Amino acid sequence: MAGGIKKFVVGSFDDEKVLFPAVKNVRKAGYKIHDVYTPFPVHGLDHAMGIRETSLHTAGFIYAITGTTTALTFMSWVFTKDWPLNIGGKPHFALPAWIPITFELTVLFSAVGMVLTFCYLCNLAPFVKKHHFHPRATDDLFVMAIECTDKTNDAEVQAFLQSAGAQEVNVQMAETGWWIGRYHKEQKLYKEEKGY
Amino acid sequence: MSLLKYESQLREPLVDGDKDYHQVTEDIIRPIEMKPSRLWYIGFYISVALLLFGVYSVYREVTYGIGQWNVNKTIGWGWDITNFVWWVGIGHAGTLISAILLLFRQGWRTGVNRAAEAMTIFAVMCAGQFPIWHMGRVWMAFFVLPYPNTRGPLWVNFNSPLLWDVFAISTYFTVSLLFWYSGLLPDLATVRDRAKTKFRKMFYGVASFGWTGSTKHWQRHESLSLVLAGLSTPLVLSVHTIVSFDFATSIVPGWHTTIFPPYFVAGAIFSGFAMVQTLMIVVRKVLNLQDYITIGHIEAMNKVIVLTGSIVGCAYLTELFIAWYGQNPYEWYAFKENRANLYSPYGWSYWLMMFCNVVSPQLFWSRKLRRNITVTFFMSIIVNIGMWFERFVIIVTSVYRDYLPSSWSTYYSPSIWEIGFYLGTFGLFFTCFFLFAKYFPVIAVAEIKAILKTSGENYKVKMTDIEKADAEKFYIEEVGHAHH
Repeated sequence: MAGGIKKFVVGSFDDEKVLFPAVKNVRKAGYKIHDVYTPFPVHGLDHAMGIRETSLHTAGFIYAITGTTTALTFMSWVFTKDWPLNIGGKPHFALPAWIPITFELTVLFSAVGMVLTFCYLCNLAPFVKKHHFHPRATDDLFVMAIECTDKTNDAEVQAFLQSAGAQEVNVQMAETGWWIGRYHKEQKLYKEEKGY
Repeated sequence: MSLLKYESQLREPLVDGDKDYHQVTEDIIRPIEMKPSRLWYIGFYISVALLLFGVYSVYREVTYGIGQWNVNKTIGWGWDITNFVWWVGIGHAGTLISAILLLFRQGWRTGVNRAAEAMTIFAVMCAGQFPIWHMGRVWMAFFVLPYPNTRGPLWVNFNSPLLWDVFAISTYFTVSLLFWYSGLLPDLATVRDRAKTKFRKMFYGVASFGWTGSTKHWQRHESLSLVLAGLSTPLVLSVHTIVSFDFATSIVPGWHTTIFPPYFVAGAIFSGFAMVQTLMIVVRKVLNLQDYITIGHIEAMNKVIVLTGSIVGCAYLTELFIAWYGQNPYEWYAFKENRANLYSPYGWSYWLMMFCNVVSPQLFWSRKLRRNITVTFFMSIIVNIGMWFERFVIIVTSVYRDYLPSSWSTYYSPSIWEIGFYLGTFGLFFTCFFLFAKYFPVIAVAEIKAILKTSGENYKVKMTDIEKADAEKFYIEEVGHAHH
């Protein structure tokens, strides 16, 4: 998908209290926030950036019911059709005795499926190389990357970020992978919301 | 945007000292970047030696057969399954801390969850060894898997608790590993971004899966953690429930009781917390993390110990009472003569269990003792000895006297190779734990940062001033409009 080199204006903030109004102002001014990299999950930041809610938990639910049906259909097929065993004269279709395994497979499918989906969506895997805008984004800085187009005056964006409270501002060229391409669709336009 | 979350001033801070985000990173990650101390090497080599002794013991058992252990005609399980249940039980505290306390929004879990989850994984690895090698012909171990085989196909018995165990333990191990590792990714990225040496850059670069800290990724990560916690909560309860089914679904006097599942789960959490205390008291001292694993954390865990210890005590007395009240002569004999009678061959083990698990933790009703590190450390060992004897009592005293007095066995005591196998799992556990403490952040760095500004000591002090200044403004403007 969308590859190639793009230009980004990068601003680093050292306090989430400064970051929140900055995110709001940048979006208001019409710049496109590519992403904000934070050392820990900052609650409400996804909301402030206008990123839609994740549906990962729905995927988890679908994996879970897949596990449930797999376990139940497999055990009933084995014990009623493929090889019915007489176990102490009990019914072949021994549903209560299958509850533990059904439950375990439900949990197993859901957990494994969700983690794989998570890694797929976030493009996380061993040996994956990504552009890191700032090494301290995993330490103590909140790093905002603004995507530039041909029309963007990056000096202006830099000045804007500085006035918004960024400690360190620079311009970086970065290769965009497909995970960046997906990202665009998830960003909504700024609108005034309660609480921000 | 002033305060995102409010925390009462009455609550003890979870992070002591004057910290900022960078200081948190420094404190927790520095031990990884330093050369290990002499103490680490001594501990590590002792663990490896124990592990090797365990490997040799298992080699004896595989080569010469299960007769290398002193298990005999009526005591088929002996130390082996005792150790299995004991290790699985220890694992439970890690999941309780990482999953159940997450759902209950207990902030203090952040200080200990990472190490406790690691403990879970290593404990389950140790536990798994026992049923596998107990099979005797271990090269047939794959028979427990339901796959289309050349024997019919003859499937496994889905109605058997032993097979439920296969599914429960393997699911538990997998889910715990996924939960633990997905939580580790951001912290491994922190280590990667600080790395100076070539080896560290490469190792943590691969291990962190290319984590960047993107907001969207964090959002998914939060969702993932929450759902995994929601899945792990019933999972952890199911695991020890199913382990207890190994006993409870049989008709052996002393095992055939409906109280087993809750009683086993409470006991598991009880012993697991004791093991967390043993490890954490050492780790916080050696890695100098007293600011993150505070006396408050230790006290909170001691409260869980006194609660679960009392539940276990309640269960002991209930099963004793029901054995008498149920009027089944075999059941009552098992309790009265095989256990409660101090002068019977194994009576001592029953009373040792009672003392360690029921009487001794009652000391923790005293706040002073709960906050005393020496007492806690000593008690954590006592509790784990007690919980080991609980499983020993359940297994050995129920079966050493069969229905036929002619098959009452001679006094069962383990052979050196049976003990060696148990010591070997200690070796495995501590080898893994030493490597973990050396190469991975033992505290969840990102999670500590997330609670720092609500629960850190210096921020709580500042908060008092802010509170006075704009208490009203805060409640009206921020809390009133908090986003959903």
